[in-house]
Amino acid sequence: MTSTERRPQHSRRLPPQQGEVIDRNRVLEFSWNGRRRSGYEGDTIISALAAAGEDVFSRSFKYHRPRGVLTATMHDPGCMLQVDDEPNVRAAHRLLRAGMRVSSQNTWPSLHLDLKAATQLGGRFLAPGFYYKTFMWPRVLWPVYERVLRQFVHAGRVEPQTRGEVYEKRNAHTDVLVVGGGPAGMAAALSAVQTGARVMLVEEEHQLGGHLRWADPAAAADLARQVLEADGIEVLTNATVAARYDGNWCAVVQRDPEPGMPERILKTRTQSLVVAPGLIERPYVFAGNDLPGVMLSSAARRLIGLHAVAPGERAVVLTANPEGDAAVEDLRRAGIEVAQVVDARTGGDVLRARGRKRLQAVELADGTTVEADLLVTATGWTAPTSLLNMSGVVPNYVPQAARFLPGAQPGAGIYGTGGLVGDGELNQLQNHGAAVGSHAAQYALQQRHAIAATVPTSLPAGGHPNAGTAPPMSSLPIPQHPELFRSSTHGIVDFSEDVSSRDLQSAVREGYDSAELAKRYTTVTMGPSQGKLELVNALAVIAEANGKTIAETGATTWRPMYTSVTLGALAGRNYDPVRYSELQPWHESHGAVPLVAGQWIRPERYGDPLVEVNSVRQGVGIIDVTPIGKLDLRGPDVPKLLNQLYVNKWSRLAVGRVRYGVMCAEDGVVFDDGVTARLDEEHYVMSTTSSGAGAVWEWVEEWLQTMHPDWQVHVTPLTTAYTSINVAGPHSRRLLSRLTAGVDLSAEAFGYMQVRTGRVAGVDDSILWRIGFTGELSYEIHVPASYGLHVWEALLHAGEDLGVRPFGVEAQRVLRLEKGHLIIGQDTDGLTKAYSAGLDWAVKLDKDDFAGKPELVWQREQGAGPQLVAIQPVDPRTVPEEAAQIILPTGRIGGRITSSRHSPTLGRSICLGQVERALSDPGTVLKIRLTDGRTVEGTVMPQLAHVDPEGNRLNNDTLPEETVEYAAPVARGPVVVQGQRTSIDDWQVSASQSSAPLTLADVSPLAKISVRAAPDGPIAESMPTGFGRVSPSGDGRLVVGSGPGEWMVLAEPGERAAVLDELREVTQTAEEHASVVDLTHGRALFQLMGESAPDLLAAVCAIDLSDDMVSDGAALRTSMAGVVTDLIRYDRGGIRRYLLHCERSSGRYLHSTLLDAGRSSGVTESGYPVSGPVLNS
Amino acid sequence: MMQIPCPWCGPRNATEFRHHGPHAPRPDPATASAEEWRRYLYLRPNPYGPVEETWYHAAGCRRFVSVIRDTFTNATQWSEGGPR
Repeated sequence: MTSTERRPQHSRRLPPQQGEVIDRNRVLEFSWNGRRRSGYEGDTIISALAAAGEDVFSRSFKYHRPRGVLTATMHDPGCMLQVDDEPNVRAAHRLLRAGMRVSSQNTWPSLHLDLKAATQLGGRFLAPGFYYKTFMWPRVLWPVYERVLRQFVHAGRVEPQTRGEVYEKRNAHTDVLVVGGGPAGMAAALSAVQTGARVMLVEEEHQLGGHLRWADPAAAADLARQVLEADGIEVLTNATVAARYDGNWCAVVQRDPEPGMPERILKTRTQSLVVAPGLIERPYVFAGNDLPGVMLSSAARRLIGLHAVAPGERAVVLTANPEGDAAVEDLRRAGIEVAQVVDARTGGDVLRARGRKRLQAVELADGTTVEADLLVTATGWTAPTSLLNMSGVVPNYVPQAARFLPGAQPGAGIYGTGGLVGDGELNQLQNHGAAVGSHAAQYALQQRHAIAATVPTSLPAGGHPNAGTAPPMSSLPIPQHPELFRSSTHGIVDFSEDVSSRDLQSAVREGYDSAELAKRYTTVTMGPSQGKLELVNALAVIAEANGKTIAETGATTWRPMYTSVTLGALAGRNYDPVRYSELQPWHESHGAVPLVAGQWIRPERYGDPLVEVNSVRQGVGIIDVTPIGKLDLRGPDVPKLLNQLYVNKWSRLAVGRVRYGVMCAEDGVVFDDGVTARLDEEHYVMSTTSSGAGAVWEWVEEWLQTMHPDWQVHVTPLTTAYTSINVAGPHSRRLLSRLTAGVDLSAEAFGYMQVRTGRVAGVDDSILWRIGFTGELSYEIHVPASYGLHVWEALLHAGEDLGVRPFGVEAQRVLRLEKGHLIIGQDTDGLTKAYSAGLDWAVKLDKDDFAGKPELVWQREQGAGPQLVAIQPVDPRTVPEEAAQIILPTGRIGGRITSSRHSPTLGRSICLGQVERALSDPGTVLKIRLTDGRTVEGTVMPQLAHVDPEGNRLNNDTLPEETVEYAAPVARGPVVVQGQRTSIDDWQVSASQSSAPLTLADVSPLAKISVRAAPDGPIAESMPTGFGRVSPSGDGRLVVGSGPGEWMVLAEPGERAAVLDELREVTQTAEEHASVVDLTHGRALFQLMGESAPDLLAAVCAIDLSDDMVSDGAALRTSMAGVVTDLIRYDRGGIRRYLLHCERSSGRYLHSTLLDAGRSSGVTESGYPVSGPVLNS
Repeated sequence: MMQIPCPWCGPRNATEFRHHGPHAPRPDPATASAEEWRRYLYLRPNPYGPVEETWYHAAGCRRFVSVIRDTFTNATQWSEGGPR
């Protein structure tokens, strides 16, 4: 260390070089293994250290050999360092910053005195398979081995207290994506943009120019200037195209895209992909080839040309190509003594590099030994065909080129240019690049035209530039290069994994003779450099050991990712949609324990659930059941649909009646249940389980669209258009009657399993069902969602004297279990057919057809499958765990407990369970195996209901009461209003107004009326617009073509009733099946306004929002941050504006997600624009 | 990511769709044999090459669309037949 200490800083810094990228006026201080160092702005960490005279940066993976610069690029295996709290920093790429604390890793106790290097002495024991062979036996000692081996793990230090960093993924769209900013890539980008295409140019390094930066700095600067000045090329430096997937979908990894964000992934859809990454120089295999001081010609030239650092003082150069010759010139020009040039083309060769810690002498094949501290090798190139491989191109080994070249293009839209595909002078490379860029652009524009023609949101053709004829494309000459892989000595092949040529030979001898086997056995190409440096050498050594050619040996497959990507970038922002009922904020502020149920956040309990159960059994309770799926069904053929989907019969359901139904899939397995009400002649509301709502909707659509397009039925999901509240308990009639108007709640007028519509607490259009999931007299009321909190609070207020209290999901589970009501998915599983779920009474095999009928016919014939039964443990205090096994006398499993709780009503434990038929007779005593190993007994009950099997509690003779006073109804949007409030109609909205350049406002009070009709019928004719476009109609309304045969009419809040009446009139008089559904309360509607809105949306939405694809007046539906969202572009006053609407329950999530994703775009929350009409000025 | 050419919306990412598998017409349950019903429920061709499939554009137009997909290249194109 002391000798290093005495060296002056910048002892190896050269005088200014023509193409240097450092700024000598800006000195950056940093520390290296605790000692102060300095470098210049533009230095990489390694170039600054090398300038300071350091030449050992790390210790190797297995043998702890000292390592220095090999490639001086991102992929330099010996230059992975710890920087501050970040391990494994690729320090030959990472730019120096002031104050960095840099240290070596995998060294102990220090870089220069590494005790672990003792493993070198025993290198023989670390032959391939060493760990497999040595430490697997005796097995009992493995924990000991593990503790010791852990000290040798090759990695840095992870700080538990790490910085709070943000990573993100964004969507991007381009016509031509050019990978590589060398001469060919830049020429391709320039000609593509001249052809009229949008271009994205991605360069891994910090500057454009590729190898020209050191070979011809003036030409590099000139080309780079042209690219940076061109209008329409988006240049990303310090970024890598890490992967290419189907449809030219590329992962572009940007490093340090903005402050506080280490990495970002651009999910880039491109029409044409131009791969121009250049070439990677290949190390040469000989004894001592990993000593610090042995480096590639490109590394030496980079150090000299870019960073003005002398790579050594006295050099030997092994050259087999013009680049090696140029390196000799560069070294001499930099004043470095070139002691010997060894020309491999005329038979010269290097046998061995000698030295301790760093190179001291080079032993040549002619027997001479030359003292040197630098050995530069230029023995060939590897073509990084990675992205082409991922595109389906197979690389072929070409012996006269001594490298792999890409094979035939698999299809249009994939191109290669530059050194990757051939050789040539600078002008040849540029000409080829330009021709490729032009072809790529032309193809991309044709594709773009074709897409625009199929996208309903695009402007009519004409707005797109049309490509001319591209120049003819000739191919680059096949390079000529001697095949040089290994000297007559053995050396390191894989510098990351410390795999030597000797290791590979012994692997082949042991029978791992194919490339894929030898790779897995020795881990060659499996380290951080992933084959970029070592693949061809490894294949050459394996081929030689097998006595085959490289072409016969084949290559291993390049897979994504091309470079390392942080887990943070792969994760991006967390877009995990959650749904809330309107009442969730109330639940949270009243002590509810949240329960995650699928996407929903629900109240599990407010206090003791058993107390909540008692209050329902003895008085009255209310529960928020908004997540129950609700589908609005309209049309003359609804009974046919219900008969087809449910196992029971629906033809004679009278208006005002409700019926329970069970759905089976085509394999007879129960998949959903619920009640369906007939509100009117041709109007039904179907309810589904909370978790099944989406699947049932899709199932309904599938039957209607694919099997019975002749049936006239329109389905509209209304799940969150209503806040659903179950009022349950003996006093429920008394409570509800205090708030209802227009509905006679008396037992005679409103019987069990009936439905009424009316006014609840002043809120019209509420639906009341008298059903009994809890087994009590109960009413399920569905009120327009915006009024949910108003009605909930009115119920609590009106029922104070009755002791009304909210109950949570847990109490409801106990109540329904006491009543013996099954829950699909809990008391059934993926194999439970209807006859195994106690649903025999519901299945009507005499119907002509229904989903799942044949399977149920066979199940009944065979009497097969387990049975759902009620079970009561003999010891009433024992509550078996759900999923506890039921054991047959033989010891075999004969069933399981599916639901189990303590029943406060009975004062004992109660269960439901699935048991084999032989065990299902009432009175059978079952053996239940608990998880603690004990076995307890339980008795099969005669019926599923534990409490009130006769159903007496569903009826009582309480009388309706007089209406009480309640507060005036208040409607609220999905986003809780913070701060100052004001009113629009009876909506409570935020009064704050923002004049920021990008604002997000909750405009949910706008009326939203859905119209459904045939996409090509008379109503479609009368509408001002069709699918994909919006059009203002009279009176400031906006008609949105939101789907094929689907329109959404938006209007100012006060207009709702008028619009509804008008549209109903139109549809009722039409000569076709048409329907109108008010979704004002079912949708969350936001206004995103400002020119930078597309930047924000790119973080959450994969649609290309460019003006020609989604122009002003466009409407589409897509996924935003995981939520199905309608996007309407309707600019206002020349300012870009998007109206976004989604299911109301997703509104709070979408709103907060947009604000989060838009933080860097400066998005500001704004209140409802109260100053005037929202839609039109 | 594969794109599915929706005849209504244009090409969209496959994640907007739900895959409903190759076309499998439903036999008439009144006349179908157990074997036919089993084929309908469980047996799917998995050809190397083009196959006609049904996709549901769940996050878009909500139409069931028919697409011919090459199982080797994942190249997709509209299908004239089948539900639109």
